[in-house]
Amino acid sequence: MEKKEYKIVVGLEIHVHLAARTKLFCGCELAYGQPPNTRVCPGCLGMPGVLPMMNKTAIEYAILTALALHCKIPPFTKWDRKSYFYPDLPRNYQVSQFEPPVGMEGFIEIPSNDGGTKKVRIRRVHLEEDAGKNVHTLGNFSGVDFNRAGAPLLEIVTEPDMNSPADVRALALELQRIVRYLGVSEGDMQKGHMRFEPNINLHIERGGQVFKTPISEVKNLNSFRSLERSVSYEAARQYEEFLETGKTQQVGNKRTFGWDDVREATVLQREKEEAHDYRYFPDPDLAPVKVSEQWLQQIRRRLCELPLAMQNRFVSQYGLSAYDAGVLTGDRTTAEFFDRAVKLGADPKRVCNLLTQVGLKIANEAAVRIDELKITPENLAQLARMADAGTISATAANTLFEYLARHGGDPDSAAREQNLIQSSDSGEIEALVDTVIAEQPQAVQDVVQGTKKAGKAQGFLTGQVIQKSGGQANPKIVAQILSKKLAALKEGG
Amino acid sequence: MAREIDESQIRQAAQLARLELNEQEIALFSRQLSAIVQSIEKLNELDTKNVEPLIHFLPVYNVFREDQVRPSLTNEQALANAPDHADGYFKVPKILEENSSA
Ligand SMILES: [Zn+2]
Repeated sequence: MEKKEYKIVVGLEIHVHLAARTKLFCGCELAYGQPPNTRVCPGCLGMPGVLPMMNKTAIEYAILTALALHCKIPPFTKWDRKSYFYPDLPRNYQVSQFEPPVGMEGFIEIPSNDGGTKKVRIRRVHLEEDAGKNVHTLGNFSGVDFNRAGAPLLEIVTEPDMNSPADVRALALELQRIVRYLGVSEGDMQKGHMRFEPNINLHIERGGQVFKTPISEVKNLNSFRSLERSVSYEAARQYEEFLETGKTQQVGNKRTFGWDDVREATVLQREKEEAHDYRYFPDPDLAPVKVSEQWLQQIRRRLCELPLAMQNRFVSQYGLSAYDAGVLTGDRTTAEFFDRAVKLGADPKRVCNLLTQVGLKIANEAAVRIDELKITPENLAQLARMADAGTISATAANTLFEYLARHGGDPDSAAREQNLIQSSDSGEIEALVDTVIAEQPQAVQDVVQGTKKAGKAQGFLTGQVIQKSGGQANPKIVAQILSKKLAALKEGG
Repeated sequence: MAREIDESQIRQAAQLARLELNEQEIALFSRQLSAIVQSIEKLNELDTKNVEPLIHFLPVYNVFREDQVRPSLTNEQALANAPDHADGYFKVPKILEENSSA
């Protein structure tokens, strides 16, 4: 079997829960993990005679996200009813946006495996209401909880521009960062804030001809891992199937699969109803939405530098490794905190180390954001400068970061209070070096005679000097003075 | 041009709407819906080339609500009209395929 004679082609549909306080069309609170049917009202229960009321924040979040995904924003959009018959939709239709959506024809940039970036086109972005939740704990019956019914859900549909499971994962992660940066969603996978549905097929080349396998859609994936694995699995499965049956893509032979997390395999589901069976029609209860240039400008002002752009800038402008830049841009607060400290004149690598090795650890332990610690970017910049100048050691910088994170205050006074200022006074250090040389004849001998132990002995002597200084002697200066003295001894024979 | 709604279309619509119809009903609805469609076909005689599609009855746009929480019903109130309920849930016939609609 020839390796890699096919290309994987994947498009993705992503549902993102918006972080509004209330549902899309009623004032019920969006709350996670509440007792069933306690965040419901006649509106979201689909009682007759109740009019929906559109949540302004939700539509602004939708437009903001569409803008961040470089979409065109149609000046006019409306609400459509999509017919559906499941118990978790109390009205037997879902309010959604058929044509036109909030945003269309955009793109997202994702990291590609060669270290660069790759553009994936966005077909559309639209807003719709979520369904309730079914539970199967009632024996021969099912239970329905409508707390989630009517929650504002953003649906994002990409073009089939991804060509590997890694691409698909990268897009999902990037989108999670974007919605978190924008503050439009918490993007919490545990709480089901993001759900994915990849459309997968293969382009197989044979004797100069391209065969396309039938498309599989995998429904309702709620983790990055299952998303990535389902794409790998489907690619392999489709390839096997093609070798066996030679079946290619035709109108109507798209199939729907579920993902079995335990068996790590896709499972065939019922055939998808054709689009026209949804019988979309404009919702007469909801007024259409006009998006004026002025409103758009207001929303555009809430855009920020996108995470991948920031990550790439940290590499190109500040010389960080891709890994470090990735860690720092994991959330917007940390990225901006870092950027601010560097712009105040601190060394990027130094600030990065302090933040990633100490800052994020303390923040994670306390379950807070980095800007909720008591250290400010100004303090951090000063701390980094002190470490660079050798006023404090690298270890002391870490200790001080931790202290300032908990207590706040000015790094210079904190360093003095805690006796962490390093001595670079060469006279003082010279005296200590002389004492140690006098006290440790054996080690001195080893260095002077250049025995096997010479390197180790010199390290030992340096350590002794620093210890005598109470840890406050600048190790660089100690090493310099010690080397000079030992060299003089060597020459003197 | 009369457009018949034949019995197979009725069956398909019934299936999509999860309605169980008997043979008499299917024949009846086929007749009735055909008549309705025919009378609506009359509208097609109008030239609508220069008419904008009507999206809403009223010339209103952007009717919004601020994102503020309003009281919900209690669980008891929410379930009061339900034919059956258990453990705070609406109790429905067993859903065989787990397939969220959204
Ligand atoms: Zn409600």
